[in-house]
Amino acid sequence: MAAATLKDQLNGLVNSMFAEGLLDDQFTQLQMLQDANNPGFIAEVITLFCEDAERLLKELTTLLYFQTLDAYVHQLKGSSSSVGAQHIKHGCIRFRQFCEENSKEGCVHALNLVKHEYYRLKTKFETMVQLEQRIQAYEGQQQQ
Amino acid sequence: MLFGASRRLKQRNSRRRLISPPSPDNISLASSSSSEQRRPQPGAEKIKGPVPYAFPVRNTLNAAEFGRSGMMGLAAGRGNRVAKWAKNRTVQVVVWVVASMVISLVVHLGMRRYNMENAEKRLVSMCEDRARMLQDQFAVSVNHVHALAILVSTFHLHKNPSAIDQATFAEYTAMTAFERPLFGGVAYAQRVMRSQREKFEEQQGWVIRTMKRGPSPEQDEYAPVIFAQETLSYLKTLDMMSGEEDRENILRARATGKAVLTSPFRLLNSNHLGVVFTFPVYRTHLSQTATVEERVEATAGYLGGGFDIESLVETLLKQLAGNAEILVNVYDVTNASIPLIMYGPEQMIGYTALSHVSMLEFGDPFRKHQMECRYCQKPAVPWSAIYTPTGVFVIVMLIGYIIFTAYNRYATVVEDCRKMEELKVQAEAADVAKSQFLATVSHEIRTPMHGVLGMLDMLLDTELSSTQKDYAQTAQVCGKALISLINEVLDRAKIEAGKLEMEAVPFDIRSVLDDVISLFSAKSGIELAVFVSDKVPQVLMGDPGRFRQIVTNLVGNSIKFTERGHIFIQVHLADHATAAMNPKTEMSSNRPPDSFDTLSGLETADGRNGWETFKLLLSDWAESGSRSGGDSEDIALIVSVEDTGIGIPLQAQDRVFTPFMQADSSTSRNYGGTGIGLSISKCLVELMGGQISFISRPHFGSTFTFTAVLKRCNHSNGGEPLPSSFRGTRAIVLDDRPVRSAVTRYHLQRLGIGVEIATNAVAGRAGGGAATTEDRPAVGAESEKAAAAGGGLADAVIMKPLRASTIAACLEQVAGIRKLHRPELVNGGSAFLRRLLAGKRILVVDDNKVNRRIAAGALNKYGANVECAESGSDALSLLQIPHDFDACFMDVQMPEMDGFEATRRIRQMESRANAEGGRGREWHVPVLAMTADVIQATYEECMKSGMDGYVSKPFEEKQLYQAVARFFKSQQPPPSPTAPHEEAAAALPGWAAQMKLLSPLYIPTANITFCV
Repeated sequence: MAAATLKDQLNGLVNSMFAEGLLDDQFTQLQMLQDANNPGFIAEVITLFCEDAERLLKELTTLLYFQTLDAYVHQLKGSSSSVGAQHIKHGCIRFRQFCEENSKEGCVHALNLVKHEYYRLKTKFETMVQLEQRIQAYEGQQQQ
Repeated sequence: MLFGASRRLKQRNSRRRLISPPSPDNISLASSSSSEQRRPQPGAEKIKGPVPYAFPVRNTLNAAEFGRSGMMGLAAGRGNRVAKWAKNRTVQVVVWVVASMVISLVVHLGMRRYNMENAEKRLVSMCEDRARMLQDQFAVSVNHVHALAILVSTFHLHKNPSAIDQATFAEYTAMTAFERPLFGGVAYAQRVMRSQREKFEEQQGWVIRTMKRGPSPEQDEYAPVIFAQETLSYLKTLDMMSGEEDRENILRARATGKAVLTSPFRLLNSNHLGVVFTFPVYRTHLSQTATVEERVEATAGYLGGGFDIESLVETLLKQLAGNAEILVNVYDVTNASIPLIMYGPEQMIGYTALSHVSMLEFGDPFRKHQMECRYCQKPAVPWSAIYTPTGVFVIVMLIGYIIFTAYNRYATVVEDCRKMEELKVQAEAADVAKSQFLATVSHEIRTPMHGVLGMLDMLLDTELSSTQKDYAQTAQVCGKALISLINEVLDRAKIEAGKLEMEAVPFDIRSVLDDVISLFSAKSGIELAVFVSDKVPQVLMGDPGRFRQIVTNLVGNSIKFTERGHIFIQVHLADHATAAMNPKTEMSSNRPPDSFDTLSGLETADGRNGWETFKLLLSDWAESGSRSGGDSEDIALIVSVEDTGIGIPLQAQDRVFTPFMQADSSTSRNYGGTGIGLSISKCLVELMGGQISFISRPHFGSTFTFTAVLKRCNHSNGGEPLPSSFRGTRAIVLDDRPVRSAVTRYHLQRLGIGVEIATNAVAGRAGGGAATTEDRPAVGAESEKAAAAGGGLADAVIMKPLRASTIAACLEQVAGIRKLHRPELVNGGSAFLRRLLAGKRILVVDDNKVNRRIAAGALNKYGANVECAESGSDALSLLQIPHDFDACFMDVQMPEMDGFEATRRIRQMESRANAEGGRGREWHVPVLAMTADVIQATYEECMKSGMDGYVSKPFEEKQLYQAVARFFKSQQPPPSPTAPHEEAAAALPGWAAQMKLLSPLYIPTANITFCV
């Protein structure tokens, strides 16, 4: 497949994610950071984010103690806002509010919401990473 | 004399005793003391006035202090002391009044005493005068009697027969009576022994008779009067030896040879008190030392005279001044225990307390006489002795009152001052607390508001009915408005707390203004335009964010209050603009009344902003363009925002810049808003070293003008990358409004397009040249799309407000040029950042993997050499001196060791190293905080722990750029590999080539026609 087609697919995906509100402006900042010197940047960041988020979500699911919970949620919020995953970020904000209110029910609810959002995003991100990798691979071939 | 002195002493004592019971001066004292009693009452009230006034104050104070310190004993002790103090005040006043009374009493008594002493002295001198006079007169008389005695002895005794008979004697004595004013008359009695009596009687022809007119009985000798003055003729033939006093007198006189006096007695015929005077006449001249026997033997007769003291003294005294004032008594004090009165009233009438006694010497050694003088009345107390002490009293009381009032005043002022101080401290504390509170509350509100907004966003993404969606959108809009309001309040609080600092970064004022107008998508019917004078340098040093905030505020206000017409932003150099505007005033008077040469043709508040001035400004810039590069570092800009809105009511114009104060309360009802924006703008303008002012005419509009002092920036950075590809092309602008065409020209000139202006199409055609008319793209600029078709004549329509970038985009579109995607040039700071950061070694500390990666990626992009650390302790070990890091980005919130703590330790390390000599350099690695919540408190905390600045997370290029620029700007940036312009040119090879190809075709004719 031609690189242009792949890029169009990628753009379409990203645009649709923007349109859905899954991503915010922060992601454009990330896009701007990716250039010739740093071709796999977005894929790398996304992978990092997904690993981190999954770890955190696992911790959260097993723990659900308020004190430690808050720190993890804060981390998740930080990484999600860095990536521009705004739904997760808002979910985390809400999660922290429930933490502060010591509302276990609310926390469980928020956790589920965040998880849901995460998995929704994850699939998209996976597609995105695949596309990116294929583009890179293609460009690499061209250069060779 | 001794007697007289002791008596005077006694009199003085008795006089003192006399003073103490009520007497005129005591009455005066009593009256003055009663007036004193009356006087102190208002004074006392005045004292009592402030005292209870002071009590509650003190008491409340005490209560307050008690409340604070919780020491009851202290408060009670203080209360006692206050009571004591008040008591002292009363005592002071009483003491003062008593003292002043005593002073006036002393003055009064002193004056009386002085007066008395004066009176006494006068009395003494008068008395002595009288006594001396009487004595002298007497002496004169006695001398004359002496002469008479010699006469008698010469002409009667030593002549035989006698040369004197009764007639001669009488005549002579009568004629010389004036010489003896004190004597009633004189008579001569011859000494006749018993043996000689018969012979004598025979010789004289009469019988010697006694004083009782009977024949004289037998006795040893007789002294019958033989010669008598007329006044004493009844004495003739009488034997002087028969009267007791006379006889005694005669015996004494002849024994002593001197004039002697009897004690006073009633004279025979006048019944006046008198004395008889006897002088011996001797037959032979006797020596001074003659014995009594010799004297008796030699005695031939006696001269005697009545001495009518009463009438005589009276006539004498009448001749002297001040006779009516004093009473005179003359006493015979031979027998000291029974003084015999010779003259004057027998009762002690008159003012007996003060008298003077003068001794009289009448030449008789056996008799003593004295004169006592006293005043008829007690000497009056002089008025001065009353009103002087009264005056003194009044003055002393007044002085006391003045001191009292002054002290009271002082106390009140001190108390007031203390209260003021307290209030001031409270007010200041309250102000600081308010600002802190606002900052905190704003932040506290913002956090949940973000939650609300986020949730609303999420809600909007879900399946909603149209109504629900509408509701949610409204809620979101409201929330955003609330957030911006809170930001404003936070700004205001920051400004008030003095914590707002102006940045100094290079920025392009034109692109800032373009951004501003792009924010306000044109409201229908309003033209929004911006014009920046060519004299304003491309790049200035200042705070673009704040500058943008001010302009946005002013424009936002104008938009809010303007229904039709225009809003026009102009930027000029301040000195240039004032120079151009001043001579303009008389020109504005002769403009046509119905049309105005403004942007939209409507009248504006500030008549000076019309085309006339504008033209002047434009022409002036053309003339003096060469001197635009001034030498000074500071550049003063004058920015005006002119609108044709409703204006500001006259009565509200003076409180436009007061926070929370709108023109009038109905305004907020009609237009909304808090009225905080203008006051923030004012503060910001003042922080930029400028002033803000406005001219407003109700119904015509307002013109807000502010000045700002910015710095010249010598190294130009990329700025907004306006395409330089139009350089050299030319355009014709068709517009009948000169101001508007000037604005259009301004934007075109920024693109490097040469501009000609035509007022109508015909002129435009003429300017463009007939041959090429068809080939030219025509561009219409309109604020409304509907009108834009322009009958299909125009090739493209540019939406107003005009901006260089939109024009460029439109032209590119028309020219069929694809706009290239040049991400690294989109943002203003990237080229600059690249220069700053290229080759720097930067440490990023964050516990969050994703964040770390992104931060590293962002910094990498600008050529920085990034190293990462997962925790504060890792960072510390990496930053062990010596290290080669140029900067450190530190996450604030990290487990184990947070960013603040890590920075503190880094700073400690550095100061230790610097103290040890620094190993060749001063160690201070810039540490920038990365934080998600950028609030005042966090910022302060950052500064406190030794950080140099902060960037908010997630990383934004602009923010990063600002933060980095702040502390890297002093350092010389390493030469960047590619200059921004070259970069731009490199990015546009195809297009530039195309332009090069195209340009010759159209030059010298215009390439584009603008119909505005």
